[in-house]
Amino acid sequence: MTPIRSVAGYRTLLGVLAGLLLLSCLMSLGFGAAQVPLAKVLGIALQQLGVAGGGDWSLGQAQIVWQIRAPRVVLGALVGAGLALVGSALQAVTRNPLADPHLLGVSSGAALGAVVVVLYLGEFAGVFSLPLAAFVGALCSMLLVLTIASRHGRLESDRLLLAGVAVSFVLMAFANLLLYTGDQHAANSVMFWMLGGLGLAQWKLLWLPALCVLAGFVALLSLSRALNALMSGEQTAVSLGFNTRHVRWQVFVCTSLLTGVLVALSGAIGFVGLMLPHMARRLVGAEHRRLLPVSALLGALFVVWVDIAARTLIAPQDLPIGIATAAIGGAFFIVLLRRKV
Amino acid sequence: MSLLQINNLSWEPRQRQEQPWRLEGIDLQVEPGEFVGLIGPNGSGKTSLLRCAYRFNPPDTGTVHLSGEDIWQQTPRWVARRIAVMLQEFPQDFGLTVMDVVAMGRTPHQSWFAGDSAADLQLIETTLQQVGLTGKGNHSFASLSGGEKQRVLLARALVQQPDLLILDEPTNHLDPRFQLELLQHLRGAGPGVLASFHDLNLAAAFCDRLYVLDRGRIVASGTPADVLTEQRLEQVFGVHALVDTHPLAPHPRITWISPA
Repeated sequence: MTPIRSVAGYRTLLGVLAGLLLLSCLMSLGFGAAQVPLAKVLGIALQQLGVAGGGDWSLGQAQIVWQIRAPRVVLGALVGAGLALVGSALQAVTRNPLADPHLLGVSSGAALGAVVVVLYLGEFAGVFSLPLAAFVGALCSMLLVLTIASRHGRLESDRLLLAGVAVSFVLMAFANLLLYTGDQHAANSVMFWMLGGLGLAQWKLLWLPALCVLAGFVALLSLSRALNALMSGEQTAVSLGFNTRHVRWQVFVCTSLLTGVLVALSGAIGFVGLMLPHMARRLVGAEHRRLLPVSALLGALFVVWVDIAARTLIAPQDLPIGIATAAIGGAFFIVLLRRKV
Repeated sequence: MSLLQINNLSWEPRQRQEQPWRLEGIDLQVEPGEFVGLIGPNGSGKTSLLRCAYRFNPPDTGTVHLSGEDIWQQTPRWVARRIAVMLQEFPQDFGLTVMDVVAMGRTPHQSWFAGDSAADLQLIETTLQQVGLTGKGNHSFASLSGGEKQRVLLARALVQQPDLLILDEPTNHLDPRFQLELLQHLRGAGPGVLASFHDLNLAAAFCDRLYVLDRGRIVASGTPADVLTEQRLEQVFGVHALVDTHPLAPHPRITWISPA
């Protein structure tokens, strides 16, 4: 498949993807243990947004669609968009097509934080205890990785990736040790969180990931020329007038923070940040001003649909979304690879 | 005032085991519009010296001035507006097009969020034409041959519209025809050129002046006829050679005979 090059083609693609995303979100609101037809979903959404009046749906249906499902769908879209953005930027800045948001040790730090809270601290801040602790853990591991990787204020990609992997192993070892020696019931709940899930979503909490994803998007988009240059190499980037040291720090700090927030809210959802950027590149090429918006939209679209699968495959139970992204995403990519030949 | 003025520069590789020497006591000038060549055996420090000139390697001592300004007192962007570099560094195969790669050259002239203007696109188009890549703008960079990639990178350096063009082995991978076209084009293009060369006959044919680098020191400089003598080729390159005058042009011609 040849990537889309023309301006008009690109705009059409953005429009189509945005339309698909909106439609998918609405459809997703109807799926689940209690099915709600699309027309009613649309009516409920419009009513809740204050655009239209009531209709022939029950209060219960409106509750399920708007209070339970809608925040979950929005969080899913945000997490997907955020992870895909982080993956795109990290792959460029490390010149490594296998770079992914969890590679920098953020997820294992978050896991360790979660374990400590569940096993020892208890719910010190209500439902937010776990995400809060996970974020603190993510932050600590990020600082640890950046400290280990930087030398004389200089941050080299190879060292960063290696430091991320090493720190990941050490932190995961600690987390596993605590789980192994700790209470079985608590271990289960941590395990469940690590597999990823959107169950924590509530309207009053959504502003945080929304703000972070938006800020991350703007920040990375403003760095997109630098990302193009860094993808070509260190010397090229310098010869084009970039202070590569600053750019690297900006990208790493920005992506780590964003990943930390997302992981804290939804657990370690794999695959999205690794593979969606590659799919986006197949669609529009690697130029980051074009790539980043498409990558974010594709990531959102993907997670929304995987969430639908996760809610319906073994209904009435939820499949942890991390399992679903890995299984569906992996299989999908294998098909794609085979077709390329 | 010289365009590029390097005074008493020294620079030591960060990883000492990489090279047994350091750049030392380097004095080098490039005048506006002048074509200056840098020659020397493999590992003599040509690439390191060029990196010092485009603000990649910070010198340990000595200074690098561009149009009278110390480049380390200026921002990378200031330097990138005045110096373009053609490297042997190819972009990773992430699916960049020829257009994407060449358009990067406009970066130092564009403001933060601005896209490529109509003038930028026009410039890119004519430059692609100049390097013989008309109509290849939408081709994937990775699918090009080595020579075509080299030309794309040259086009990127040219759209930067620099005062000084730094080229590291610009004629590697190129067919004879394009080697000659490229160098002829550069000679008349306007910017001063500082280029390292493997092929001493090309250096002799196109350079106004040459610097000879050996184990981190400049051991000779001057016009090709002054610099390229049989004795020096034996000393520096370790090769017996016959040097006479090119039958059709006034510059020297080198015929390699045997290792010394």
